[in-house]
Amino acid sequence: MFRSHVMVCGGTGCTSSASQKIIEAFESEIIENGLDKEVKVIRTGCFGLCALGPIVVIYPEGSFYSMVKIENVKEIVSEHLLKGRPVKKFLYEETVSDDAIKSLDETDFYKKQLRIALRNCGIINPESIEEYIGFDGYSALGKVLTEMKPQDVISCILDSGLRGRGGGGFPTGLKWKMAAGNDSDQKYVCCNADEGDPGAFMDRSVLEGDPHVLIEAMAIAGYAIGATKGYVYVRAEYPIAVERLQIAINQAREYSLLGNDIFGTGFEFDLEIKLGAGAFVCGEETALLTSIEGHRGEPRPRPPFPAVKGLFEKPTILNNVETYANIPRIILNGAEWFASIGTEKSKGTKVFALGGKINNTGLVEVPMGTTLREIVEEIGGGIPNGKTFKAAQTGGPSGGCIPAKLIDTKIDYDNLISIGSMMGSGGLIVMDEDTCMVDIAKFFLEFTVEESCGKCTPCRVGTKRLLEMLEKITSGNGEVEDIPKIQELSAFIKANSLCGLGQTAPNPVLSTLHYFRDEYMQHIVNKRCLAGVCKSLLRYSIDADKCKGCTICARVCPTGAISGTVKNPHVIDLSKCIKCGACIEKCKFGAILKG
Amino acid sequence: MENLINIKINNATYAVKAGTTILQACHDIGIDIPTLCYLKEINEIGACRICVVEVKGARSLVTACVYPVAEGMEILTNTEKVHAARRTNLELVLSTHDMNCLACSRSTNCELQKICLDYGVTKTDKFDGAKIVYPIDDSAVHMVRDNNKCILCRRCVAACKQSQAIGVIGVNERGFNTNIGCAFEAKLADSPCVHCGQCISVCPTGALTEKDNTDAVWAAISDTSKHVVVQPAPSVRAALGEEFGMAIGTNVEGKMAAALRRLGFDKVFDTNTAADFTIIEEATEFVTRVTTGGTLPLITSCSPGWVKYCETYHPDFIPNLSSCKSPQQMFGALTKTYYAEKANIDPSDIVCVSVMPCTAKKFEVTRDDMSAVEGTVDVDISITTRELAKMIKRAGLNFDRLPEETFDPLLGESTGAAVIFGATGGVMEAALRTAVKYVTGEEAASVEFTDVRGTKGIKEATYNVGGIEVNCCVASGLDNCNTVLNAVRNGEKSYHFIEFMACPGGCVNGGGQPIVPASVRNFTDIKALRASALYNQDASSELRRSHDNPIVKTVYDEFLGTPGVGKAHHILHTSYVKRDINY
Repeated sequence: MFRSHVMVCGGTGCTSSASQKIIEAFESEIIENGLDKEVKVIRTGCFGLCALGPIVVIYPEGSFYSMVKIENVKEIVSEHLLKGRPVKKFLYEETVSDDAIKSLDETDFYKKQLRIALRNCGIINPESIEEYIGFDGYSALGKVLTEMKPQDVISCILDSGLRGRGGGGFPTGLKWKMAAGNDSDQKYVCCNADEGDPGAFMDRSVLEGDPHVLIEAMAIAGYAIGATKGYVYVRAEYPIAVERLQIAINQAREYSLLGNDIFGTGFEFDLEIKLGAGAFVCGEETALLTSIEGHRGEPRPRPPFPAVKGLFEKPTILNNVETYANIPRIILNGAEWFASIGTEKSKGTKVFALGGKINNTGLVEVPMGTTLREIVEEIGGGIPNGKTFKAAQTGGPSGGCIPAKLIDTKIDYDNLISIGSMMGSGGLIVMDEDTCMVDIAKFFLEFTVEESCGKCTPCRVGTKRLLEMLEKITSGNGEVEDIPKIQELSAFIKANSLCGLGQTAPNPVLSTLHYFRDEYMQHIVNKRCLAGVCKSLLRYSIDADKCKGCTICARVCPTGAISGTVKNPHVIDLSKCIKCGACIEKCKFGAILKG
Repeated sequence: MENLINIKINNATYAVKAGTTILQACHDIGIDIPTLCYLKEINEIGACRICVVEVKGARSLVTACVYPVAEGMEILTNTEKVHAARRTNLELVLSTHDMNCLACSRSTNCELQKICLDYGVTKTDKFDGAKIVYPIDDSAVHMVRDNNKCILCRRCVAACKQSQAIGVIGVNERGFNTNIGCAFEAKLADSPCVHCGQCISVCPTGALTEKDNTDAVWAAISDTSKHVVVQPAPSVRAALGEEFGMAIGTNVEGKMAAALRRLGFDKVFDTNTAADFTIIEEATEFVTRVTTGGTLPLITSCSPGWVKYCETYHPDFIPNLSSCKSPQQMFGALTKTYYAEKANIDPSDIVCVSVMPCTAKKFEVTRDDMSAVEGTVDVDISITTRELAKMIKRAGLNFDRLPEETFDPLLGESTGAAVIFGATGGVMEAALRTAVKYVTGEEAASVEFTDVRGTKGIKEATYNVGGIEVNCCVASGLDNCNTVLNAVRNGEKSYHFIEFMACPGGCVNGGGQPIVPASVRNFTDIKALRASALYNQDASSELRRSHDNPIVKTVYDEFLGTPGVGKAHHILHTSYVKRDINY
């Protein structure tokens, strides 16, 4: 038994800011201080508050050290672990108030969160099956195999109201029921861990922080639909996730929790990891299955649906990591418990990856129905630098932008669809007043154009032409007639593309056009980008009242576009200005304007 | 009893076969929906999206080509929404296309062009934007690849991979940069392509075309110092008429002979004659191998696509290949030897032109060990059926009004056994007719061996030939050949005699035959129709066994001597090499 546990985040974010070296420093300092029989260092999964990494949490106090540096370790060990005095200056400032130290759950970032999918992340050592079992791990599988019939499992998932967390929001239980109803000599359970939305990393966090939950859930799914074989399709860019999942699979096999005779019930199930090469389209279910089969990852027409003819033409279910991460809890706590969380048609919680212009970037898990305002202002800690919230983008390249006026929208599948966006996998990118919405639409469309597989004409050519129309506008060549053309082409692409990638590709364009039409018109009619983003439309000028004539701008200008004499207001020759922004950066008086 | 379901198409109710597609159901009731990527059984990928229709209750438009009908389904094929979608789709395709129709060999026979006309696409610049300019790959001996005309339907990829088990062309890059080509952007000539030309046959546009050698033929004809001899293959007569609006399966042998004569060839002979020689040599080889314990199964070598496939992909079967030259090459060899001697012409002054249903024949004429007379090649120029049609059109010959003529003597007479070479199973049947005679000394009870007929990909039959049970196998399409070879290699199957043709259905469906659009191909068995023209000719022939051909008798008596040995072997046989699959 140890009197103290030092939990160091070993997620990808913290690992890239040297958390492994911090672990080593703790271990050697602890030995140096003779504490190695009393204190244990554990590398955990992600805590969620990635903006503050590397993160170290010391139990039993629950002290939350943020942005820990290797040189801080010595002091934390000698003060906190040896003498019992937490080192306040290294603690996350929100947890320190006056003389008391708040528990993590009381901070704004955590107090509105409800962690079901992420429950073990940051709590257990993901490379230890014993720790997972210690936190009720595999008891759901045990319950299912010994107490429930396959149809009971499916009913339980159906009743829970769980919907797919990967984008479409299809009822998970229904998917399982369809696959269970198709007789076949072989069926497959697949997991989509090809997380590709820009900024989304919840699936990676589960794989890195709690890989056994996926194994357990997939075995449960296998039992429910009558499959003995599963595949986890993970992107190769997730090396830590792949390594930990493989370790977990090996451990589960050692413990006979995967294999021929699980829990002595005769139930057989095993898993294999397949690495994806990084094509976004492989997150689309039929493309993913095609890729597992060893072909170029491209979608195929549906029907037949995977539940009828999926992997290797056998009945197959495919769910994403976060969906699976909910399954064991639903089995243990019951469908009613899960259905009591969330909104009428969206049950449970949803993990969001908060990014963009927001203070607390990271992963948050909240009940469905939490408002955008709660997420942005409370959990996310608001917008940095006193700027104002302009919009939030959800659903990645398939989603749309939610304007500030809809910030009180309760977030669930159907509300997001009704306001022109979608849940997607849960990327939530916050934008402030400096964001140009035409540019944002262009950014997401560029992503889709780049990631289109090229199989069907509407997506291959249509998205490219749509992007060119946006480029025409942002370069100052837009015409009013371009707007209906954009709408017409967008509608065509949505209605005619082969797969979800193309069918949703125009969404960022359509939603920005819907909510920020004025901004498009500014670009087209006035040839201005008021956010100051679209370079071709920028015009730099000097406010004569603010300019002190310090001459620094004239000196940094690489093209000699700025002229003026000392202590007199300067002027910019627009014919020479290349809009590089060097003058703005140097001006101490805020005298240079762009827009 | 077929399971029928009720659906509505354009508001009228129909009972259609359950499990069929919307496309097929509509076709069956007389509504044709345009398609570009769809090729029945080998390319059902729903990629081009031209065939979209409205289905009541569906979230978006659905692709008729792959969408199955369901009880109560209500389909609308001709709404404004459908037309607009198809038109926009075409306009997008055109925005990436070179639209150089005037100089395109497929103009007026282009599926894209036709659908654009049907859908009133009047503006070609609606979606003007970035266009990738691709280099033209004319490296291969038999064809030209021009990706600037490619619409990425992938029919060629499917033909190469699914029908032919080769896959030297595939999809490179992705998104807007997607293009069809060899792996690592290699040139086709550097790939293990077998030149079958099936990709050309299925290409809807002018992206894939045979290498045009007609200028060389015109030049030879106008060169007065040259004696130009032409030989059309058996299956050319079964398809050439299609180029002039005749029904598929029309036999135009007589008009073809007339046309060739009017084009200015000095002698209009027939590859069929050489096919009879091939049977004499191959039946002899078969009987010899059977009686002397030679390598079996004996596998035919008439199809140059198959031969190169064997050399490249299954070199362990090279000893099984018949050493007989193909009829094209036997004809050339006899022209430069026997005919040159008879006509008293220096072989080096003879230009032998072949008209073939095949693009691999363009490769075959360049093979080593195809030179009966030192310093000359057996066949100088090989053109396809399509190229012959072009020549006839350029010459202004009204094909319809041409008289029925016959081939010139010496190398122009042939038997029914020769003409069926053009269909899968034909060589086998022709060989059996003669082999029976050679083994038993008597004619076979029936001249017809119908078990090896038909367009099925793999056919098997066992015949008693003079007390020997001969296991025969006939396969066409290299994927089927591959299946058979693997079964033979692993001992699952044991045959004595195998006929392989590279192209599905044999030469009638060769890569050099008139292009039949997918709108016809998907609903008609063109292989069977063309083959029937050949079997009808056989049935009405007076002579139906190669060994009964009087020319054969004369040439062996006067010139070649005994089949399979000596002079006959030197002139009529060839050799093979193992080829590297890597590139």
